[in-house]
Amino acid sequence: MSLWTRIGNALRGDKLNRELDEEFESHIAEAIEAGRDPVEARRAFGSHLRQREASRESRVAGWLDGLRADLIFGWRQLKRNKVTSAAAVLSLALAMGACVSVFRLIDALLLRPLAVSHPEQLYEISYEGPDAQGKLETYDSSSYPLFRKMRSAVKGNAELIAFTYAGRTDVTYGSDEEMEKAVGQWVSGWMFDSFGIQPAAGRLLTANDDKEQGKEPVAVLSYDYWMRRFGGDLKVVGRTFRIGRDTYEIVGVADKGFTGTEPGTVVDFFAPTTMMGAAITQENSFWLRTFVRVNRGVEIGPLRDQLFGVFHASELERSKGWKNMPGWIIENALKTRLELRPAAAGASGLQKEYGQALMSIGVLVVLVLLIACANVANLMTVLAAARTREMALRVSIGAGRWRLIQIVLVQSAMIAFFAAVLGALFAGWSAPLVVRMINPPDNPVRLDLLADWRVLGFGILLIVAMTLLFGLAPALRASAVKPVHALKGGDDPHARRRLMRGLIIAQVAFCFLVVFVGGLFATSFQKLNHVPIGFSAEHVLTLDTVTTQPLPPAAWEQMTESLRNLPGVEQVAMAGWPLMSGTMHNDFISVHGAPPSDTLAFFLHISPEWLETMKIPLLQGRGFRADDTNPSVALVNETFVKDFFPGENSVGQSFDLGGPPRLQIVGVVGDVSYRRIREAILPQVYVPFIGKDKTGTLQPIGDGTVLIRTTAAATPGLSALLRQTVHRARSEFRVSNIISQQELIDAQTVRERLLAMLGMFFAGVALLLAGIGLYGVLNYSVAQRQREIGIRVAVGAQRGAITRLVTAEIVWRVTMGVVAGTGLGLALSRYIQALFYEVKASDAAMLAIPLIAIAVVTVIATVPAVSRALRIDPAEILRSE
Amino acid sequence: MKKPDTLQGSLDLLVLKILSRRPGLHGYAIMTAIKDTSGDVLSAEEGSLYPALHRMEEAGWIGAEWVTKENGRRARIYQLTATGKKQLAAEEKRWHSVSSAINRVLLEA
Repeated sequence: MSLWTRIGNALRGDKLNRELDEEFESHIAEAIEAGRDPVEARRAFGSHLRQREASRESRVAGWLDGLRADLIFGWRQLKRNKVTSAAAVLSLALAMGACVSVFRLIDALLLRPLAVSHPEQLYEISYEGPDAQGKLETYDSSSYPLFRKMRSAVKGNAELIAFTYAGRTDVTYGSDEEMEKAVGQWVSGWMFDSFGIQPAAGRLLTANDDKEQGKEPVAVLSYDYWMRRFGGDLKVVGRTFRIGRDTYEIVGVADKGFTGTEPGTVVDFFAPTTMMGAAITQENSFWLRTFVRVNRGVEIGPLRDQLFGVFHASELERSKGWKNMPGWIIENALKTRLELRPAAAGASGLQKEYGQALMSIGVLVVLVLLIACANVANLMTVLAAARTREMALRVSIGAGRWRLIQIVLVQSAMIAFFAAVLGALFAGWSAPLVVRMINPPDNPVRLDLLADWRVLGFGILLIVAMTLLFGLAPALRASAVKPVHALKGGDDPHARRRLMRGLIIAQVAFCFLVVFVGGLFATSFQKLNHVPIGFSAEHVLTLDTVTTQPLPPAAWEQMTESLRNLPGVEQVAMAGWPLMSGTMHNDFISVHGAPPSDTLAFFLHISPEWLETMKIPLLQGRGFRADDTNPSVALVNETFVKDFFPGENSVGQSFDLGGPPRLQIVGVVGDVSYRRIREAILPQVYVPFIGKDKTGTLQPIGDGTVLIRTTAAATPGLSALLRQTVHRARSEFRVSNIISQQELIDAQTVRERLLAMLGMFFAGVALLLAGIGLYGVLNYSVAQRQREIGIRVAVGAQRGAITRLVTAEIVWRVTMGVVAGTGLGLALSRYIQALFYEVKASDAAMLAIPLIAIAVVTVIATVPAVSRALRIDPAEILRSE
Repeated sequence: MKKPDTLQGSLDLLVLKILSRRPGLHGYAIMTAIKDTSGDVLSAEEGSLYPALHRMEEAGWIGAEWVTKENGRRARIYQLTATGKKQLAAEEKRWHSVSSAINRVLLEA
């Protein structure tokens, strides 16, 4: 009989019993037929039950039979302690669910290999060099000429593949009115071949598509986009779409599963890099990310050195062409090193921005899980304690130690299993929620949260780890039962309490850590939210506006004029781009004919109404007039004055950029956050939106941002109205994107908000669980010491003495936990310093948050046990003995 | 697993031998066969026969199936498997060597 039949027999216990009985019955019938006396035959046969047991043992897998019994028994036990079991399962479910959820996110973002052949051979070129302050910074962009040089240098050892940073662009399959957004990525033609990707339809890009600048306007759709946009229509091959003035022909669809190389972004179409226009010949234009597929057997070290050699020589050559640049720029450029970063899981900005944040949330979640585990371990200990007699009995009648361990472990596994099922539901709901939270409004993050064998494997691993973690100690303790001792009713109660108290220290330490880190995140977010930005974002809409071909300034003025008359619109202004959108232009400044400054200044083109629309104060001099044109006059911010004209009256002074023309300062305005909220305020220069070329003719303008301050209440449908009005003003105008200024600002603190919310959430959960743990242990210890307390009261102990007796030890353990937690917290926070904003882990205030929280929880958790101890009536206790 | 004692070992041998000669016997028939062929000297108790049958079935030496007899009752009949035949040969060999050894001891003593 095979193992499977035996396992089957164990699971179909009743059927097996029936079969055995039937065989025995037929035996007796034979005997009677042969002429034996029925009663005698039966007696000779003996007890069916005994026979059955003897035969059964050889017909079933014994351990499985035992397991089945233990499962039923464990279930009954859990049902008997409904409330405590439910609490254990729920707290564990929450913690396990959070754990799986964070694992799914970390896996999708950082661990899951790309759907390409041999992802382990992929590396990404990354550069590391000092910035203006001498701090090491990493970046990963290269120029196309540099990419070409590096590619030919390592030919034979490795293949280099270039990618643009995937981004949303305006595409149309018809007229300009039908513009839509699609995520495009321009890649080396040989990428598909090198990645071993098959076409799902048509053909893929090849090296031939990527040879000459602008010659091959072809594109390959991603499978996801093909399904989403075209419903998988095969006729899409051969269709064309337009981006700006380039018309691309769709030649095929890439295989399912390949969504690009940037986790967090699902690419809609791939086009060859040679379609990037003039950029592919510019040495100073850094716009592509480089992947290296290393050939089998090639060592990474020498390959990196080889690539670095090419890079360094190229930088050296390039720096010779730099005029009017501060010395440090050249120095730092030459100090930059080249690294090969493993990129089996791709490379994306999301990884860079959220990798560390997710990891630290992961640590918090694991700590919460450990706290929950300690609670369940306490529960199991109490349950096992209640079964001491039963265990002793089992040992007395011959149960082995393993069997006892199995009984307790099966129960633990059941709790872990139920918790895992609930946790899986929680994870299924919460992981996408977190992804939605990190979505900036106009650029959705799309992270493939597959629930596949990786997640399943992690879940199973978690169940096993949990079972052992909270089940093993109680199981070992229960199995070490000494029958004589236990049956006499007086085993050693201190051993059990020691275990539970040890767990208290760990729980408090972990809880402290979680609350501490959560507090740091929350404080960072709060501080970021209160950074003065220098302008008012309330009720300001930003309209990114483009034209089919550059239009004269008069057309732009007409267009803004038509917007001004709309109901609900208070003010309208123009600028090159919105503040805090991440877009910027910077240049060096030279004053009094001195060499250029070390610091760079930000530049922005603005219309005269801009200051008022953004509510930026004019501190000195005048704003722009309608007839001011660029280059001639400039407004500068306070920091500019402080940096370049300290102690001087700056209005009326002039300054130079890296080269001519010279600009004259006509006014000084307040400081604003220009690009990033976390950035120190740099010198800022504003120049008129309208420019003149060298001959003095007005320059046509191709794109800009219209800023609209609306009246307090935003009118519904205003966005649509604005779009229409812009387009109606002149058909060449088109609004490509509308987003409120506030959304732009919020987008900069998305990570901090996420960290603060999750940090506080898990801090709350940790406090709750630790409180439950403290309560449970105290309650148990009071119940156990009832006799002792009763006697003490009887011989005259005061209430204060009883309170001290009950709480002293717990207070001591909590203190030890807090001390351990502080040490851990200070050590851990050093690794995540980058995620904080203007908070220091060693601040007394930061340490006070978890301290106070734990103190409050301890008091709340102690009160019931103390009052129970105080209510102990010695007479009653002694009577019950 | 229990230690195979000599008695059980010989019961196995007897059952295997009987099944090798007359395949398709049920439990009761095996019991009577042991009794009859040994001239009423040996008898297998039900209490040890069935566990032995089920153990040998589990070990794969014998196979079992349910058959319906003319009187409509179901009976579980046993026959030797290929492994069982090998086992029988081994058991027989062992038995002969043990019994001849015992005989030698008895003769010399």
